[in-house]
Amino acid sequence: MNELITIFLGLVLINNFVLVRFLGLCPFFGVSKKLGSAVSMGIAVTLVMTLASIATWVIRHYILTPFNIEYMNIIIYILVIATLVQITELFIKRTNLALYNAFGIYLPLITVNCAVLGVTLIEAAENYSLLGSVAAALGGGLGFTLVLAMMSGIREKLEMANSPKAMKGVPIAFLTAMLLGLAFLGFGGII
Amino acid sequence: MAKFRKEFIKGLIITNPVFVLVLGLCPTLAISTSVDNALGMTLAVFIVLMGSNVIIASIRRIIPNIVRIPIFIVIIATMVTIVNLIFHANFPDMYKSLGIYLPLIVVNCIILGRAEAFASKNPIPYAVADALGITTGFMLALLMISSLRQTFGTGSLSVFGFHFFTLPILGEHPIAIFILPYGAFLVIGLLMALFRRTGAMKSE
Repeated sequence: MNELITIFLGLVLINNFVLVRFLGLCPFFGVSKKLGSAVSMGIAVTLVMTLASIATWVIRHYILTPFNIEYMNIIIYILVIATLVQITELFIKRTNLALYNAFGIYLPLITVNCAVLGVTLIEAAENYSLLGSVAAALGGGLGFTLVLAMMSGIREKLEMANSPKAMKGVPIAFLTAMLLGLAFLGFGGII
Repeated sequence: MAKFRKEFIKGLIITNPVFVLVLGLCPTLAISTSVDNALGMTLAVFIVLMGSNVIIASIRRIIPNIVRIPIFIVIIATMVTIVNLIFHANFPDMYKSLGIYLPLIVVNCIILGRAEAFASKNPIPYAVADALGITTGFMLALLMISSLRQTFGTGSLSVFGFHFFTLPILGEHPIAIFILPYGAFLVIGLLMALFRRTGAMKSE
């Protein structure tokens, strides 16, 4: 149990996916201007990450390792993720149309989000158990959602701020990300 | 030949993948702690982009439009697997320090973006020029960021064991933040603002 908590908290606060591992930066800088869409994006990513972690764990343990074809993992994982995104999209469309419309374009884009492929690769490299993989996916996803939501609030204010012309937009967002990362550095000794 | 040159220059400056298009940030930021890693990453991206651009340009007429994205992704994933195996066999140290960012080239938006926007619509020679230009632009951006981070973060600059210089005071007391992940955001943000200020790139 302790191990699971360590994995989970470690990925939410210390090795945050966005700020420390640089995974999922495109949505971080691209879509994070509205709190609502940032949270929707975060939840969708967390959902797909958890499903992908379970699916790739099963495939890794019952197909890739027994047949000794671990080198095929990149192709297999990306196909699993693409399929899961499609299934999730269909499922949400059938069951909850309002939620589907809220996700909009972000749902199909998750396929090429490095955070999802990244979490499966990290789990493979660290050789986590099935529960450990789920903890890592939930932790990574929550950390991603947290930072995306924080950044959306900050960027709303930045739009109004009187920053130098050359810094407007992306450059100032980068510097904000640095300060946010430094603040998260304070969580370093927590585990 | 003129068009070949035009496509090359375009990728290098006008559509520089990192500074102008703001694509492919994950590897750019994560592995720019040293110039060695930056060059290794450039080599990997070059092989993958060249391979995928050439393959996609040569089969562009027979790819059904509806399933083109899955086909692109499988082609790219195959190229990345090949590069992964090459690095594992020939450059084990580099393979270790690039870590998960080597397989993550699969989801690098630069490569899928070029496949969709360029290689699927142009003949092979232009696809080659495009791959060369984009990779050179990517390399320039990576070299700029990584040399700054290595110089300030460790106080000295050396590439593949060849030592260039050690800064007088920083050599003993390096500014550690440059080598930490947060330093990457600082350096790329400031460089981008600098390019806009000098007019090399247009502001929003």
